Amino acid sequence: MTVAITTRLAALVASLVAASVLVFVIVNLLPGDVATVMLGTNATPENVAILRHQLGLDQPLWLRYVQWLWGMLRGDLGVSVLSHTEIGPLLVQKLLVSGPLALLAAVIALVVSVPVGVVAGVRYRRLSGAIISALSLGGIAIPAFWAGLLLATIFAVKLRLFPAGGFIDWSEDPVAAARSLVLPAVALGLVQAAVLTRFIRSAIIEVQHEDFIRTARAKGLTRWQALRRHGFRNAAIPVVTVLGIQITSLLVGAIVIENVFVLPGLGRLLFQSVGNRDLIVVEDLVMVLTTVVLVVNFLVDLSYRLLDPRIRSRR
Amino acid sequence: MRRLPLPLIAGAAVVGLVVLVALLSLVWTPHDPDHVVIPDRFQGPSSAYLLGTDQFGRDELSRIMAGARNTLLVGIVTIVIAIAVGVPVGALSALYRGPLEEVFMRASDVLLAFPAILLALLFAAVFRPSTVTAMAAIGIAFVPVFARVVRGAGLQVMEMDYVTAARTFGSRGWWILLQHLLPNVANVLIVQATIAFAVAILAEAALSYLGIGTPPPTASWGRMLSDSQDYLYQAPLLALWPGLAIALSVLGFNLLGDGLRDLLDPKLVVRLPAQA
Repeated sequence: MTVAITTRLAALVASLVAASVLVFVIVNLLPGDVATVMLGTNATPENVAILRHQLGLDQPLWLRYVQWLWGMLRGDLGVSVLSHTEIGPLLVQKLLVSGPLALLAAVIALVVSVPVGVVAGVRYRRLSGAIISALSLGGIAIPAFWAGLLLATIFAVKLRLFPAGGFIDWSEDPVAAARSLVLPAVALGLVQAAVLTRFIRSAIIEVQHEDFIRTARAKGLTRWQALRRHGFRNAAIPVVTVLGIQITSLLVGAIVIENVFVLPGLGRLLFQSVGNRDLIVVEDLVMVLTTVVLVVNFLVDLSYRLLDPRIRSRR
Repeated sequence: MRRLPLPLIAGAAVVGLVVLVALLSLVWTPHDPDHVVIPDRFQGPSSAYLLGTDQFGRDELSRIMAGARNTLLVGIVTIVIAIAVGVPVGALSALYRGPLEEVFMRASDVLLAFPAILLALLFAAVFRPSTVTAMAAIGIAFVPVFARVVRGAGLQVMEMDYVTAARTFGSRGWWILLQHLLPNVANVLIVQATIAFAVAILAEAALSYLGIGTPPPTASWGRMLSDSQDYLYQAPLLALWPGLAIALSVLGFNLLGDGLRDLLDPKLVVRLPAQA
């Protein structure tokens, strides 16, 4: 077990380093350099030279990479060239919007998909199961940002129950802040729920065909008892894998949905920085988000071992 | 004859419809999709404009039809990129194993951590946004998926007796690759490509919605949705049609993929995270 975790941890660190190299290379090896790109076509050579010096672009590439990485590790993410603010505190501030949004969406997705998926799986031969299955297939095809747009049209424009966009800071009015997160979280959560429902359904169907469930039923357990005692834990393994993948997609969904509802979170910041060509912020943000993805994958990998002693004993 | 799976028929019908509409839009649309008629802006559905008109008085139906072209183009190009890079990487990994496989697979692990939209935002920041950066980003994001699938299926093929037999006869690597490996991974590749197509449609729509995909005035469903957002009060229906078109196309490709999987029964298809 310890050996397995150490190996995985080493792989995680290696992946993080490789990802950081990739991001750094894409941003720094473009035709021209960051300074030229930022100043645009009207820049004078003097201005470019000044900015290059300010950004430390006149130093060798490897040194800049090491400095960037070292800064990241210490939590010093540099300064946004456009807004002249420290990027680290800026990210923390944005995280106070994106974090609750993603969390709320994940909770909605789980609360909807687990019971619905289990019912669809148990009743897969009946009409109710088929209807849930069809609905979830439709749900997968719906882009979360479109769901957001529709929800905004109905609940903000027509019924005026929730704001159509914007965000009032938590410190000013926590209730209003929470209200602004409801529609985007529902949009994101429901689409995620559709995906999860399908996976939970097929995991439950599969597990019902296992020998150990048949044995349990033969011993006299009802279908639900058999599932509760033996089925769910086994069905959880493929579902956890998908959950890991879905957290990535939640992250991406949040980037887009924040722009639908004009929420000042990480996604909005990333999008604006792309528009303003604030490459330092883009570089940092992409790296932070990639780190989240890699760490989540690592945790998912570990959670298998907790869920399934058969995997634990391997290696 | 074996009965065809129902999702396959339904999926093929929907995908067929999208392709047909895209092709038809090349020669005929009810109106010119880019023709601006300011007096006719925000018309509701009528016999003249079946789905109404947008903020410039352009015919919504014609723009939806033209948008199908863009959607299919992006889907096809991204899949071609993913296959062109992913298949050789996966096949060579399965064929030669060893350090080459290790390097390829570790690299694909790292690339897998970059969702298509994140990559597209990075590209857009560096190279300025366009359809090309969007297609490149989505295609590259799919590469590791195709590489893994082909490697996985390829490893199974390499265990087969006929490959061992071919090796004993002194067949070279490239011959085994062309003669045995690629034909045997074709099934899994077709299913994977179909499912990836659906994800590509979603990703492109999201990118165009954000304004870093297909630039105006080219009709694109994602862009049409983002335009509609400014007029939710005047013309809420404009937020409906392009979304329906996206959802229907994605549903079609997903159904087709599911149906093909039932029909061809490949064991290894990698699920892709939804991208929007």
